Amino acid sequence: MTDYLIKGASVLGGEPRDVLLREGLIADGSSSGAEVVDADGLVMLPGLVDLHTHLREPGREDAETVETGTRAAAMGGFTAVHAMANTEPVADTAGVVEQVWRLGTEAGYCDVQPVGAVTVGLAGERLAELGAMADSAARVRVFSDDGKCVSDPVLMRRALEYVKAFDGVVAQHAQEPRLTEDAQMNEGELSGRLGLRGWPAVAEESIIARDCLLAAHVGSRLHVCHVSTAGSVEIVRWAKSKGWPVTAEVCPHHLLLTDELAASYDPIFKVNPPLRSATDVEALRAGLADGTIDVVATDHAPHPHEDKDCEWQAAAFGMLGLETALSIVQTTMVDAGLLDWAGVAERMSTTPARIGRLAGQGRPLEVGEPANVVLYDPSVSRVVDASELASLSRNTPYAGMELPGRVVATFLRGRPTVLDGKLC
Amino acid sequence: MKKHLLSAADLSRDDAELVLATAEELRSLADRPIKKLPALRGRTVVNLFFEDSTRTRISFEAAAKRLSADVINFSAKGSSLSKGESLKDTALTLEAMGADAVVVRHWASGAPHLLAHAGWARSSVVNAGDGTHEHPTQALLDAFTMTRHLGSLDGRRVAIVGDVLHSRVARSNALLLTTLGAEVTLVAPPTLLPYGVEGWGVETSYDLDAVLPKADVLMMLRVQRERMNAAFFPSVREYSRRYGVDARRMATLQDHTIVMHPGPMIRGMEISADVADSERSVIVEQVTNGVAVRMAVLYLLLGGSQPAIGGDDA
Ligand SMILES: [Zn+2]
Repeated sequence: MTDYLIKGASVLGGEPRDVLLREGLIADGSSSGAEVVDADGLVMLPGLVDLHTHLREPGREDAETVETGTRAAAMGGFTAVHAMANTEPVADTAGVVEQVWRLGTEAGYCDVQPVGAVTVGLAGERLAELGAMADSAARVRVFSDDGKCVSDPVLMRRALEYVKAFDGVVAQHAQEPRLTEDAQMNEGELSGRLGLRGWPAVAEESIIARDCLLAAHVGSRLHVCHVSTAGSVEIVRWAKSKGWPVTAEVCPHHLLLTDELAASYDPIFKVNPPLRSATDVEALRAGLADGTIDVVATDHAPHPHEDKDCEWQAAAFGMLGLETALSIVQTTMVDAGLLDWAGVAERMSTTPARIGRLAGQGRPLEVGEPANVVLYDPSVSRVVDASELASLSRNTPYAGMELPGRVVATFLRGRPTVLDGKLC
Repeated sequence: MKKHLLSAADLSRDDAELVLATAEELRSLADRPIKKLPALRGRTVVNLFFEDSTRTRISFEAAAKRLSADVINFSAKGSSLSKGESLKDTALTLEAMGADAVVVRHWASGAPHLLAHAGWARSSVVNAGDGTHEHPTQALLDAFTMTRHLGSLDGRRVAIVGDVLHSRVARSNALLLTTLGAEVTLVAPPTLLPYGVEGWGVETSYDLDAVLPKADVLMMLRVQRERMNAAFFPSVREYSRRYGVDARRMATLQDHTIVMHPGPMIRGMEISADVADSERSVIVEQVTNGVAVRMAVLYLLLGGSQPAIGGDDA
């Protein structure tokens, strides 16, 4: 195995120093024989960890596969992703989660940690065999019906209680289903004008409030997926002030884009939960800055061209995120002075790894730790070209936009998955 | 005029007044023995209907034919549940046929916008009703009908009553009538007014009786009975009692006030038969005016090379 000497990297944005990667670990001592990587001007972060990725395999290999999705992850600086359970078949058994986990291991671009479904077939009726998935080779710790909300309060309570047995967490897609039937975009003045059915903030906030109360009541870990409204931030802040075991994530697109984009009727901007108002964006940034929101998660949601090249109402929800996440966080948080690079490392690596109970990920950049690192150049900028993405799909909302930063290298346990900005 | 007519907001006051003036010229044609003009000879107008609406299709078809355009009617199956025929493939087909204008009716809000801007076709696009978004030619024919009865709409009070939430007619009328200087009041139970309607720059009211004596125009919208199943109102009877217009309510209108309805009407629900058939009712005239207004729109969008009325087709 090749050793790498990374020269002059600004570790977490600090003073430049050299870092040696040897035998899969961050090492000290002699660097003789190591391949030198010039990291002058580059920021070194621990390999990023995504709590919310849709890899689509099995079932929708026309949109993404574990291989293409993890290549996109590596290009984005990720060394681990949590693969959401809404595949076909649904990842609601030990068999399916082990299959996804094995595919990830074979692809080798990053660790693939399957998320298990909370309910059988995501149907919201009865619990899937959560324990079997936890005990499987995939060692599932995060459970989610993402795409659907576990809206039945009794079922949600039981799921929260049940996963305590193996230190699991329920990641809730907070969407009250009756309030969002056929919902198409953020409910606001614009939805009324455009004649698109509204997705009101209250449909998210009411579920989050209920779940926070349930988590407190039964003393279980709750993770709230893709918080998108100012009100949700307030509720999570309140729950945390009580000391309740609640964590929350925000997606890059909710930190940057607003519902005004729906006026184009271009479904590239159709996502669930929807793009919200500028006020919401501001509250999300503030919440991420002050730690109310614990992590950035991509909700990377690949879709084939034909599912987006149609009427808004007929189009699929979701947008790509892995390959642009760090750039969006730079522009919305770092360049805006809201977060330093150590803060980025915490919210995109350390904390998501802790929530997901991933032992070898999100570790400090210290001698003896696994060599999961990313080198990032914040000084360059690029115009996003959808055709150049590693993902199998092209549904990025940022096409044609100029974004700052570029992932120069990603190392997974000392082995480069990306070097010189190219996949290895 | 812009190249497309997708929303009533696409029309400046000058544009709207030009359409109305052109329609007025063209309407005189309706009284002549020969009803055809050569203005769009050699041009192709496609009626592309993803949602059934015989009335609207016939109106556009008559308008295009009276301008001597070639007309192709194209009905595509599909709904929000079964995506069906792709809008894109259809657009590419029409492009290959050399359509100059596409009149599109669609169940999805924004479909005409997509057709105009996705780069699939070069033709002009006329929105003939999209989802719960807009129906700009309906608003134009309504404004045309109003001006024929009331003259300038400046300062005129128009009450639009009924299911505003699901109505593309209400959206287009609110925009166009405001552009033309009228004061619009949307009247409905709170459940049937769109979220955020405060930002539309129009008045709203929950109280029909308070609005009626001041209105110059009373425009009734269709209300589907099924809405009560989704709890928009408790019953047909209660809806009619609070928001329906009958002879008693009609008696509180000013003498010159006209009553309109974009059709199809549900007599007995939002409008009683004696109101629909009264002398105030201009509902039948709306249909006639629809053809003239759509002729004007097609003529102006396609930039007819000859004057709209340059002599009868020999
Ligand atoms: Zn989700």
